[in-house]
Amino acid sequence: MSALLDVRNLKVRFAMPKPSLFAPQPYLEAVRGVSFTLEKGRALGIVGESGSGKTTAAMATIRLVPAAGGEILFEGDDLLPLDDEAMRARRRDIQLIFQDPYSSLNPRARVVDIVREPMDLMGIGDADSRLQRVKELFDLVGLRPDQLNLFPHQFSGGQRQRISIARALTTNPKLLVCDEPVSALDVAIQAQILNLLARLKRELGLSYLFISHDLGVVRHLCDDVAVMYLGQIVEQASREALFDSPKHPYTQALLAAAPSLARRKSKGYVRPLKLSGDPPSPINPPKGCAFVERCPMAQEVCRREQPVLKACGPSQVACHFAAA
Amino acid sequence: MSDETTLQQPTEYQAESPALEAWRMFRRNIPALVGVALLTVIVLATLYGTFIYSGDPFEIVWAPHEPPGMTPEFPLGTDYLGRDIIAGMLTGGGPTLAVGAVAAAITMVIGIAMGALAGYYGGWVDNLLMRVTEFFQVLPALLFAMVLVTLLSPSLFTIAFAIGVVSWPQTARLTRAEFLKIKNLEYVTAARAIGARDKRIIWTVILPNALPPLIVSATLTIGVAILFEAGLSFLGLGDPNVMSWGLMIGANREYILDAWWPVTFPGLAIFFTVFAVSLIGDGLNDAFNPKLRER
Repeated sequence: MSALLDVRNLKVRFAMPKPSLFAPQPYLEAVRGVSFTLEKGRALGIVGESGSGKTTAAMATIRLVPAAGGEILFEGDDLLPLDDEAMRARRRDIQLIFQDPYSSLNPRARVVDIVREPMDLMGIGDADSRLQRVKELFDLVGLRPDQLNLFPHQFSGGQRQRISIARALTTNPKLLVCDEPVSALDVAIQAQILNLLARLKRELGLSYLFISHDLGVVRHLCDDVAVMYLGQIVEQASREALFDSPKHPYTQALLAAAPSLARRKSKGYVRPLKLSGDPPSPINPPKGCAFVERCPMAQEVCRREQPVLKACGPSQVACHFAAA
Repeated sequence: MSDETTLQQPTEYQAESPALEAWRMFRRNIPALVGVALLTVIVLATLYGTFIYSGDPFEIVWAPHEPPGMTPEFPLGTDYLGRDIIAGMLTGGGPTLAVGAVAAAITMVIGIAMGALAGYYGGWVDNLLMRVTEFFQVLPALLFAMVLVTLLSPSLFTIAFAIGVVSWPQTARLTRAEFLKIKNLEYVTAARAIGARDKRIIWTVILPNALPPLIVSATLTIGVAILFEAGLSFLGLGDPNVMSWGLMIGANREYILDAWWPVTFPGLAIFFTVFAVSLIGDGLNDAFNPKLRER
């Protein structure tokens, strides 16, 4: 089976203000060479703390943020060299769900028009079939047809996220990029939306690129998980491998930091690794391993050499000391 | 899946066009309705008042500075040349309002176009357009308008044009600020993600959301334009062949200490016009804001 999405060595950087007129242009290296593949019908979760570049990587993947280098192979075609018109045509296959359901819907448009707009833009169908499709989508995501003519502000957060999902599904995309789609919602509503996403994946054969900082959410929905730290993937594995036997010390610390009720009293309880300090600045990323300042097993080599992703059991890990 | 069913109570809803809904909202706004009534009276008076009360505003009909209420033929008195003030007010309103409306329209068209392009594209487009805007902003507006009117010969349209040319920078800056704010919101990114082109994003996604402050600013601009026209006429740069409220004030201001009425009545007319237009602007702002609408 060939990959639906194959991202190779993706780089994104943002120009920073120059300190003086003749100084070299400083850059913020937001994504520093990220590679991942996503098979059809699967969900890849990208986790990481704020500022790890996970959202930027996703936005660059769908060319809403310009990439500085790399390849983005979607169904075998590189998206990066496409001109604007050609990219526009591919957008019907790649759609997006946003984090904040309050700012992702145009407040001056009726929801029927919001969901229909992709068809208007892509020239799909005629007026009748578009309306029909909007009704189908409403049904699919659990909204009522009598809500078609309302405005976004008349809906709750969870309902707005359903509208957002309906809009993303309008053009029958193959890939959905979900940028923290539930983190702005109440926990009870989170479960509803996650279940909806899981059902849509099953029924429509969708693939997800799922950005989240919430490990529980990723565990619930994703087949594979990539952990990002300072613009790089430090560990990539199947859900089972990652959650059962995390290899990278950062992944271990992340998992240990997830709150749990029973573990302290259970047998074989190991005190979790505690992370202190902050990640280094992405403006002048360190030469060696980015995690070195916070890592409990850091050695001299970690400062000198940047570890690359290599196979370690079933996982891919970027650590000099990862043990299978 | 049972956990996905929405628990919301069904609400009664009838589909309405946005304009109809805005009107429904507007109708409940009493100050705005007062504004509409006031403006209607003013417009009707200036359009049809001369059919009921005919008189040439330029003709000398009585002794100068006849106070109001003293002579039944001229209830508001006469000015320094003995011209009928009511006739002046009724015939002068039309040109005054027309200049205000046309100047505001010119201001809005130039200002919104410049501000939208500068705010949306940023970078060198923004730099270029904003330097142009600043150039017009640092010109002394009144002097520049006077030069324009002098060069182009004073007619109603050139006066409106001159006012528009000196007033648009503010609108441009306001539009730019709104665009800068809105262009980074997620629904704009969403529009881009579904393949909307820049043109569509600028005019159908961002502009409607940037409109509320612009509508208010447009109505204020009508007021400012009316005052500006008054100022130009006051300085003797009005169209001398067309009576306007500003011309009346300008012509009579020298004698304001001897006779208050030839200046006060057109002044009040300008005040009430600007006031009515502002009330309407506020009402429109509320009516077009869906967040303030009730279900």
